[in-house]
Amino acid sequence: MKHRAAVLGTGQTQHRSKRPDVSIAGLCREAVDRALADAGLGLADIDAVVVGKAPDLFEGVMMPELYLADALGAVGKPLLRVHTAGSVGGATGNVAASLVQAGVHRRVLAVAFEKQSESNAMWALSIAPPFSMPLLAGAGGYFAPHVRAYIRRSGAPEHVGAMVAVKDRRNGARNQYAHLRQPDITLESVQASPMLWDPVRYDETCPSSDGACAVVIGDQSAAEAAAGPVAWIRATSMRTEPTMFAGKDHVNPRAGADAAAALWQQAGITDPRGQIDVAEIYVPFSWFEPMWLENLGFAEQGKGWQLTESGETEIGGSIPINPSGGVLCSNPIGASGLLRFAESAMQVMGKAGDHQVAGARTALGHAYGGGSQYFSMWVVADTPD
Amino acid sequence: MTAPLSAPLEISFDYTRSLGPVLAKFMTALADRRILGSRGSDGRVHVPPAEFDPVSFAPPAELIEVGPEGTVLTWSWTDHPVDGQPLDRPFAWALIRLDGADTGMLHAVDGGSAGQMRTGMRVRPRWAAQTSGQITDIECFEPATQPARQSAAEPAAAAAGQAVAAGQAVAGQVADGAADGAEPVTMIITPVRLGYQHTASTEESRYLRALQDGKIIGQRCPACQKVYVPPRGACPTDGVPTTTDVELPDHGIVTTFCVVNVPFQGQRVATPYVAASILLDGADIAFQHLILGCAPDEVRMGMRVRAVWRPPEDWGTTSENIDHFEPTGEPDAPYESYAHHL
Repeated sequence: MKHRAAVLGTGQTQHRSKRPDVSIAGLCREAVDRALADAGLGLADIDAVVVGKAPDLFEGVMMPELYLADALGAVGKPLLRVHTAGSVGGATGNVAASLVQAGVHRRVLAVAFEKQSESNAMWALSIAPPFSMPLLAGAGGYFAPHVRAYIRRSGAPEHVGAMVAVKDRRNGARNQYAHLRQPDITLESVQASPMLWDPVRYDETCPSSDGACAVVIGDQSAAEAAAGPVAWIRATSMRTEPTMFAGKDHVNPRAGADAAAALWQQAGITDPRGQIDVAEIYVPFSWFEPMWLENLGFAEQGKGWQLTESGETEIGGSIPINPSGGVLCSNPIGASGLLRFAESAMQVMGKAGDHQVAGARTALGHAYGGGSQYFSMWVVADTPD
Repeated sequence: MTAPLSAPLEISFDYTRSLGPVLAKFMTALADRRILGSRGSDGRVHVPPAEFDPVSFAPPAELIEVGPEGTVLTWSWTDHPVDGQPLDRPFAWALIRLDGADTGMLHAVDGGSAGQMRTGMRVRPRWAAQTSGQITDIECFEPATQPARQSAAEPAAAAAGQAVAAGQAVAGQVADGAADGAEPVTMIITPVRLGYQHTASTEESRYLRALQDGKIIGQRCPACQKVYVPPRGACPTDGVPTTTDVELPDHGIVTTFCVVNVPFQGQRVATPYVAASILLDGADIAFQHLILGCAPDEVRMGMRVRAVWRPPEDWGTTSENIDHFEPTGEPDAPYESYAHHL
C-alpha cells in the first residue's frame, strides 16, 4: 500500500542569465528558504534531502551534492543525488515523493539547480570523442531534425511553433520569477528572429539560465498539519528508453507514452484533456508543445498542433499549457523539471499569482531528458483522492 | 583478437565561480594578505568561513580575522608533486588550525622532508609575491621557526589542472569586504582540464578499421534482423550480441536534418552546415553526417545521397574518412518508405 503524500511548499529563485550575486549554495538556499517559508517549516523539520542537477560538466564541480550538504541542512540526514539528464528535476520530485509514499520519511526536501553561467552547456553537450564526426551542435542540433520530422508527419503549418513561443513568453511576463519576460512579443517578431538550427528559430528556443527550485513533500499527517493549502500527489511515473535504436520514434517516444499511460491509470484519469485543468510540460523548443500534447494523450496523433493553434493551451483556454512561461522563459537545466512539478503544485494550491489558472484543481507536471530517453511526470490535486 | 582502437581525448574549460557574499569577503581578504573565518552560532570559528552555519543553517553573522600562524593538526607527505599542486618539490598536505580558529584548513606545508614534519608543529603562511583574491595567494605554509622565505612563484604558475585550482580572480561589484580600498573579489575562474584515453568498443573498432579500407560494415541482430551501423555489439531492443557483419553501400537517403547556423565554442565545422540523419541502403538505423554539394535550402527529407570520400592516402580509423555526403540526383524516396525511421 502506498502512503499519501502532498506538496507542502514550493520555492524558486529569481531566474537570470547570470546570478553573480550568489554561489551555487546560495542559489539553492534562495529556493529552499522560499519553499520552507511557503510550507511554514524550517530545515530542522526536514528528514531527508534529495538533490538533482544535470551533468557535472555544466559547472565543473564533481559531485556538488557533497559540498552542498551543509547549505542544504543535510548533515546527519540521508542526502541522495538523482541524475536523469534534463528530466532530473522531475525525477528528483518523484524520488522525494517515493520516500514519503513508502513511509520511510515524514518530510522530504527536493532541491534542483543549474548555474549555467559558470560554464557553457552548448560546449559541454558538443564534445566529439575520437573517431566520430564533429557534428554535435548542442541540444538544438540534436532536437531540430526531430522537430522537422514532426512537422512533416503532422502536416502542421509553420506558424504553430511561433505561436507557442508567443504564448509562453507572454505567460512568462506574468511570472515574477521568469528569466525572459516579453509581454510585447508577436508572431511576426518570432518569425523574424534568426534561424539557429533550421527549423528552430532563436525565439523558439529556451534561454540559458541560473536558477534553482525546491519542493517540500510531506506525509498525510504533515499535510493535515499544514496551515495553508497543499497539493496532493495523486500519481507519479517514470520511464526510460535508449537514445537511439532501430525503430525508435523520436517524435512520439514510447517511454513518454508509456509513462503517461501509467500515470493516468494511477491517477484514475481516463480523459486527460477533460480531467486535467492545467499542465506544466517540458518544452525547451516551442514545437515540443504539440509533440508532447500527442505523446501525453491530450490530443490524437498528428493533431497536437491543432490544439495549440486553437488557442486552447493559453491561460483561459480549456487546457492551459505552461502558464508560468515554462522552459522557454527559464531554463536552469537541472531545475527545469522540478519547476514544472512545482508550478503544477502551485496551481492546485492557488498560489500561482498572476499566472494562476482559475479553478485549477488537478494538474500535470512533466519533464523529459537526454535524447528523449528519460520521462518523469506527476499529477497533483487539491484533494487526496 | 585485434586490440580495440584507443585515442586521447582532452577537454578543458575555464569555469567561473560566483563566490557569494561570504566567500567573496574571504577571497578579498586573502588579496590583502589576511585570513577570515566565520563565527558559528555555537561559538566555533570555521576557516574557510562557512557560507551557512552548520548548526543554525543561517548565513554567518560575523567574519573575524584569524592566524596568521597556526598549528598542524595532521599531515601527509607528498614525494612526487603533480602538475597544478601548490609546490613543485616534495611537500606536506596538512590540516592547519589557524590561531583563533576551531577547524583545520587544508593547505600545503613546505616542510623540507617528512622527517621534519610533525603534528602540532607551528606554521605561518608564505604569501605569494602578487595576490589577487584566491586560495593560492597563500603560496604555502612554512615552519614558523625558520627564517621567512621569499615567495618563489607567481600564483598563476601554481594554479592549473584540478577543479580546486584557482587561476584568476575577477573583481566585481559587491561593495562590502574590501579592505583598504582594495577591489572586492566576487568571482574566481577555475580552469579545469581532463585528459581521457577514449577506447572504442571491439565492434566499433572493426567498423573503424573497415572504414580505413574504404568499407562500411554494420551488424545484424540475430533476433530482430535489424542492421546497426555503426555496429553496437548488442541489440538495444533484444539485448543479444550482434555477431553477423553486413557490408553496406556508401549511399542512402536523408531521413531528416537541420541546418546549423549557430556558432559555438569548440565547433569544428563552419556554419551554416547541414547535419543530416543518413540511412544507408540496407541499414535500419540512421547516423549523423554532413551534407554538401548543394545549398542548405535544397536539402530535403528523402533526398538520395552518396558518400564523398577523402583521398585514400588520408584515410584513418575515423568516420571523417567520409568527408561528407552529396545528392545523387536520383528521385527522392517516398515518405512512406522511411517514415518509420523518424
